[in-house]
Amino acid sequence: MGVKITESQMFRVVVIVGIAMVPVILLAAIVDPIAGAILFGIELGAGIGYLVQRVRTAAPGPAEVAPVPDDGTHRLLVVANETVGGRSLFAELERRLEGEPKSEILVLVPPLAGSAAEHWSSDIDDAIPEARERLEASVAAMREKGLHVTGRLGDHHDPNQAIEDALKVFPADEVVISTHPPERSRWLESGVIERARAELPQPVTHVVVDLEGETAETR
Amino acid sequence: MESASIASGAHAHEHHGPPEAHQSSRIDRQTLGILLFIVSEIMLFGAFFASYFFIRVVANQGPWPPEPYELPVLVAGVNTAILVSSSFTVHLALEGAKRGNRRAMQMGLSATWLLGATFLFIQMNEYVHIGFSARDGAFGSIFYGLTGLHGAHVFVGLMLLTFANIRAYKGHFGTAAKDHLGIEVSGIYWHFVDVMWIIVFVTIYIL
Repeated sequence: MGVKITESQMFRVVVIVGIAMVPVILLAAIVDPIAGAILFGIELGAGIGYLVQRVRTAAPGPAEVAPVPDDGTHRLLVVANETVGGRSLFAELERRLEGEPKSEILVLVPPLAGSAAEHWSSDIDDAIPEARERLEASVAAMREKGLHVTGRLGDHHDPNQAIEDALKVFPADEVVISTHPPERSRWLESGVIERARAELPQPVTHVVVDLEGETAETR
Repeated sequence: MESASIASGAHAHEHHGPPEAHQSSRIDRQTLGILLFIVSEIMLFGAFFASYFFIRVVANQGPWPPEPYELPVLVAGVNTAILVSSSFTVHLALEGAKRGNRRAMQMGLSATWLLGATFLFIQMNEYVHIGFSARDGAFGSIFYGLTGLHGAHVFVGLMLLTFANIRAYKGHFGTAAKDHLGIEVSGIYWHFVDVMWIIVFVTIYIL
């Protein structure tokens, strides 16, 4: 994935702008400069609109991740936020690592932010210590079960970006993403799972953790 | 933004020195650099265009350009064609570099440099014969301000192309993307300068 500016793209821009200016020049010369200026404004607006639309709808490319070493260790990247302590997630991890002679888990908790604006205006400052607490508790609980685990707080408002950044340093064999059920999950609403499956070379497993249901069962 | 990590017992190790540079993979450093540069340039030109339209639409009463000034539209049009042609030659040069066609690369870069220098020479000649100076009212100031700003960019582009030409004739540049970055970046800048000139030309000389 990634944004690129190439010479070929810029050359196309020169050609398109050059062609777009021909009717402007003709209109200004034959009819009136004001008419040319209006057409110029329309073309400028259409061009900017097209660019914005193009960037917004750009298909994701493959993520740049660290190559997976063939050293006999099964590595699992676990991505979760509020559901990081969920029993269903633990059960899924145990099931996946059953029979693996050597394994490593990296638990990634990207603190929740609704948007880039929220992220940049530091409105998620409260979410970070909360996320750290959950992460620490979860890592401790996994270690108690004998799992070989490390934890990390993501530092990006976009969970997919946090996953990609983590995979640059942690060569996972597979990725497990844990979310709330669909009716409560902002990640599912924003298509985090679909994007991860489209962008990552690793298999991506989605685990739904119903924290309310688990709490009710405990009672 | 804060980040933290918790290391497991077996893998715990003391980390010395500054943390590893964090780089997003959404956009690479080179692209981000050129993108920020172009955005800042667009804002710079935008400020000049804002001044131009303020002077022309708000402050000006009567015809534009104010009498007795006249702009050499034909000469500027020919000059525009020369500069736009140079976009084709720099593209040819890069395509040559990508395909390992050294001669096409050298010819393309040389032609681009010559066309750019011709553009600058014609523009300076225009300044000499145009009949008004930057001190002749707001119109003169903004005319020389905008076209001069663009001319300065062409000059910078010519400097980049000079180095690219020297390197091309010294046998530098290869077919791999990292080996012809010098032409790629110069080309991006040169195309940007061309696009800006097309807009400057249409705005000042035509509309």
